Amino acid sequence: MDIPYTVESRPDTGLYNAKLGIWLFLASEVMLFGGLFSAYVLLRVGAAPGMWPHGWLNVTLGTINTLLLALSAITTLLAWAACKVRDFTKFRIFHACTILLALSFLTIKSFEYHDKLIHYEIVLNNGTFADGHLVEKSADFDLAKKTGTITLHGRIVDDEKELMDLRTPEARAAKLGEVTVAAADIVKMGNYGPRHNTFTAIYFTMTGLHALHILGGTIVIFYMWAFGGAMWKTDPERFTNRIEVSGLFWHFVDLVWIFLFPVLYLT
Amino acid sequence: MSESEKPVSLNSYVRLCGVVFVIVLCTTSAMIATSFAHLGDGWTLKVALILAIAVVNAFLVAGYLMHLLSEKKLIYGVLIFTVLFFIGLMGLTMWAMSDFPTGTAVR
Repeated sequence: MDIPYTVESRPDTGLYNAKLGIWLFLASEVMLFGGLFSAYVLLRVGAAPGMWPHGWLNVTLGTINTLLLALSAITTLLAWAACKVRDFTKFRIFHACTILLALSFLTIKSFEYHDKLIHYEIVLNNGTFADGHLVEKSADFDLAKKTGTITLHGRIVDDEKELMDLRTPEARAAKLGEVTVAAADIVKMGNYGPRHNTFTAIYFTMTGLHALHILGGTIVIFYMWAFGGAMWKTDPERFTNRIEVSGLFWHFVDLVWIFLFPVLYLT
Repeated sequence: MSESEKPVSLNSYVRLCGVVFVIVLCTTSAMIATSFAHLGDGWTLKVALILAIAVVNAFLVAGYLMHLLSEKKLIYGVLIFTVLFFIGLMGLTMWAMSDFPTGTAVR
């Protein structure tokens, strides 16, 4: 059975079916991410004064990821253009670059996540806060039994607000060192995972969903890169259309990041 | 005729992509510079400027890389509806921000 309008345009829409389909899908995706951006706005304006974090994310890594995604969007377009001029070798070269750039993006993202998951904030029983990256836990460290010690590379502050804006001159001038805390002195302890506060919750949700889109797109692009040769030989026009549709999805993922980066890293 | 139906020259796309990448590089740098610039005490002006630059960036990707500048009317129709719904969503968000029970105040 032949699937209609995979190559030629439908007379009523003027488009082949997959192209209209991907645009309708992208419209729904705009609303999906729109809902999350809306949640971000509400959480941010609803935060108590001085309690919305600034400077918690690594701008250098975010910038590198922005450029990696921009480059991957370009190689995706060039892969499609190579298909249009019937140059399968160049298509494979460009899409190999796309896959490598996407994997680099995900690798950097995973480093960023790891950095947050080993970053702890500890409320001490004298009312101060120990904050920093995990160096080590003693072998007998047990929060429930109140035994052992934990060592962080960071600092101790009197007010949690001092940990919120890391771009202030005071925060930049703060000296970091090894801080060892006894379990007996700990009232509450948690890492900078999604449950830490509303910022980390929305950060992990938005970037996590975006990373899943990157992963899904990479799998599709890899499939067409690795196994697309058969269709290329029998129906190159249809294959080219598939590359165009997957490319549109990839550009959308880049578009989302174009807004995620400034919203989460720069403001 | 949409962009995807026109005859394609790979070299012209390489040139276009080069220009787009340089502009993306410049706009990203501008966003970072704005973020660290001293523009008063609050974040409102900075956020507005940074988002304006991000919109320029998005226009480049959507207009040139996604060929939206030369697409079919039906796709524009779909996107116009999407934009309207998105504006509605953000409008509800803005409305909710000032929707407090009578007699209460926000400090």
